[in-house]
Amino acid sequence: MSEMTEIVLTIDGQEIKATAGMTVLQAAQKAGIYIPTLCHHEKLEAFGGCRLCMVEVEARGWTSYVVSCVYPVAKDIVVRTRSAKVDKIRKVLVEELMAHAPDAPELIRLAEEYGADRNRFERDASFCIVCGLCVRYCNEVKQKNAVGFIDNGARREISFIPEVAKDECWDCQECFTICPTSYAQAAYLLTEALAFPGQRKVPIKTTQAPEPTRRVIPIMPVAATT
Amino acid sequence: MPKLQSAAELEKYRAEILARRDPAKPCIAVCVGAACDGMDSAAVAAAFVAEGGKLGDKIEVRTTGCHGYCEKGPNVVVTPGDICYFEVQPTDVPEIIAATLKGEVVERLVYKDPNTGAKAVHMNEVPFYKHQTRLLIGDNPKIDPMRIDDYLAVGGYAALVKALTEMTPEQVLDEVKKANLRGRGGGGFPAGSKWETTRNAPEKTKYVIVNGHEGESAAFMDRAMLTGNPHKILEGLIIGAYAIGAQKGFMYTRHDMPLLEKHVRNALAQAKEYGLLGQNILGSGFDFECELHFDVGIFVSGESSALMRSIEGNAPEPRPKYIRTSVNGIWDKPSNLNNVETWANVPQIISKGAEWFTSIGSEKSKGTKLISLSGNVVNSGVVEVPMGTPLRTLVFDIGGGVRDGKILKAIHFGGAMGGSIPADLIDSPLDFDGMSKLGAPIGAGGLLLMDEDTDMVEVARYLMDFLVNESCGKCVPCREGMQQMLHLLTNITRGEGKPGDLERLEDLIEVTGVASLCALGKTSGDPLKSMFRYFKPEYESRISGGSAGK
Repeated sequence: MSEMTEIVLTIDGQEIKATAGMTVLQAAQKAGIYIPTLCHHEKLEAFGGCRLCMVEVEARGWTSYVVSCVYPVAKDIVVRTRSAKVDKIRKVLVEELMAHAPDAPELIRLAEEYGADRNRFERDASFCIVCGLCVRYCNEVKQKNAVGFIDNGARREISFIPEVAKDECWDCQECFTICPTSYAQAAYLLTEALAFPGQRKVPIKTTQAPEPTRRVIPIMPVAATT
Repeated sequence: MPKLQSAAELEKYRAEILARRDPAKPCIAVCVGAACDGMDSAAVAAAFVAEGGKLGDKIEVRTTGCHGYCEKGPNVVVTPGDICYFEVQPTDVPEIIAATLKGEVVERLVYKDPNTGAKAVHMNEVPFYKHQTRLLIGDNPKIDPMRIDDYLAVGGYAALVKALTEMTPEQVLDEVKKANLRGRGGGGFPAGSKWETTRNAPEKTKYVIVNGHEGESAAFMDRAMLTGNPHKILEGLIIGAYAIGAQKGFMYTRHDMPLLEKHVRNALAQAKEYGLLGQNILGSGFDFECELHFDVGIFVSGESSALMRSIEGNAPEPRPKYIRTSVNGIWDKPSNLNNVETWANVPQIISKGAEWFTSIGSEKSKGTKLISLSGNVVNSGVVEVPMGTPLRTLVFDIGGGVRDGKILKAIHFGGAMGGSIPADLIDSPLDFDGMSKLGAPIGAGGLLLMDEDTDMVEVARYLMDFLVNESCGKCVPCREGMQQMLHLLTNITRGEGKPGDLERLEDLIEVTGVASLCALGKTSGDPLKSMFRYFKPEYESRISGGSAGK
């Protein structure tokens, strides 16, 4: 759409002005209304994977449950970011994810908010919640594709590709900071230990190369000086 | 074969094929469909070719697609007379040929009623066949899928001729809309409305797609159609493309069926050679190409948006966008996708008209439906009946009832995303809406019979195990919810169920159903939902008693 068409919708009882093409999540964020997300990142294309941002939408007399990160704003729709059903969806989703990462700070916070029981479902301590932030950030923002998804269904996981990671990750590591569970960092270090121990690319002269920043935890074995 | 330049040339060619054929000459049709092939019907066919060859031109041998009666394969049908021989072995071949030449019947190989011992010689007397209305699959014994001439001989491509020469695209669309043809892939959505959406989309480049993925467990009718009569589906697709204004089509099907691939590839090549695909089809000015495409081996490839991603060359993940593929499909172009059986219905609707079509079936579900009959049934196979047929007819008259004299416990429809209903609902009619209300939507048409010994918890566990492996794993409710349902069901079947498990399952069904990205997740809890509706005491007693099944 070439012109900026203004659209008025209602979110949690407030009249919100949005522009055509925006998603409900963007409209809500612009208006300062909080909707929880785990796989959303403003620099990345909407993924619609975690489903935590589901909201109730009433349009032409019909109520439906949609993921706000991809649902486009439309004239006169009524959005409710919380309701008994929405809260229940979020509660169960958080309980499902806590089976993998029971101590992830963001999940603990959400569990408190929605009354989720971290012990409700059978544990599988994989630590990764497969939000795909690392994979998509590496692909869309960094365009390196050093980390990807492998396998499908419940076996889906993220995996660093050693051949790419060896050359690309040493001075980036930006995915570590956006990972909600610290698993990206663990997966990278494991890949390094298994596939290219001691062979990570390092700057020959520190004055000529960017200093790898220690963004996450201080035990990172990055040799900044040789 | 020179390209046919016009409708008149095609009709002339058809007349020549028929003139060369003597309807009185005996023809032996050997089924080499998937089930018969598994029983080495190829050896039977080879024996017929070898024996028949000794006789010169007295007898014709034809290898064909699925006849339907898989239980009794290898199947052989002798025309004229449609004499059905079952469980034929290569050693039976000389006897069949000798009898056929004398106009006699080999009594020991015809159908014998297991209860009364009464024999049935002709197809229309065999109980399995006589209660069916075989509009779609009925041609299979008459067609060698490798020969387009066989399809032309049974009137093939006449509907395409009619559409291209006597009808405008709008009229074709109108006819399909009036016929109220509903999608056979599972949704039951009116095909005409879907076609219209794609037709009316402003973008000029449009695609039509045959969804021949058929990943639903216990469904095997689409492959029977596509392998046995590929031209019927192709004809439907070309007619659809004409109505919609599409220039290109895709047949998306299974990578794991070499015979299907061979037949479809050959059909596309022959149609192209005959001028039924390509530029200026039959001189009408209509151009259409069709490409074959294979799945990557997971069930979710059959989900329409995932299927389109797959055709684009991407991983088959459903798209999260709130868009309609009819408008934004392959490469964001309007793309109309229908199931194999839906496309197969199109030629007859055009040939015989919407009025004829709507005279068959129930009030809201028109035409016939192909059903894959399996499980604890006496006669497994591919069956075709009018919509509205009582399930009793399917199960008892056609299916021959429950195997080994056991009592029927449940009927399951729709595979891993379907549902089970108890035996006392056996008089319900086969109908999209009616069956959905009962909690056992007919889906693509896989009907599983379950006898009194069936463990309903184990059935749910088995189906969930299938889906867990077929999910793409992108969204949390499908990936995690199904995995947790599987854990709980596995524990219950092991006698390790705990108090609270049913509530946990109910929450998972609810959230997975509403929050999943695509239909795979959304309907993954449906079998379990139907079990809680009809068989809940079984679950409760398994948890409280802790017994590990019967």
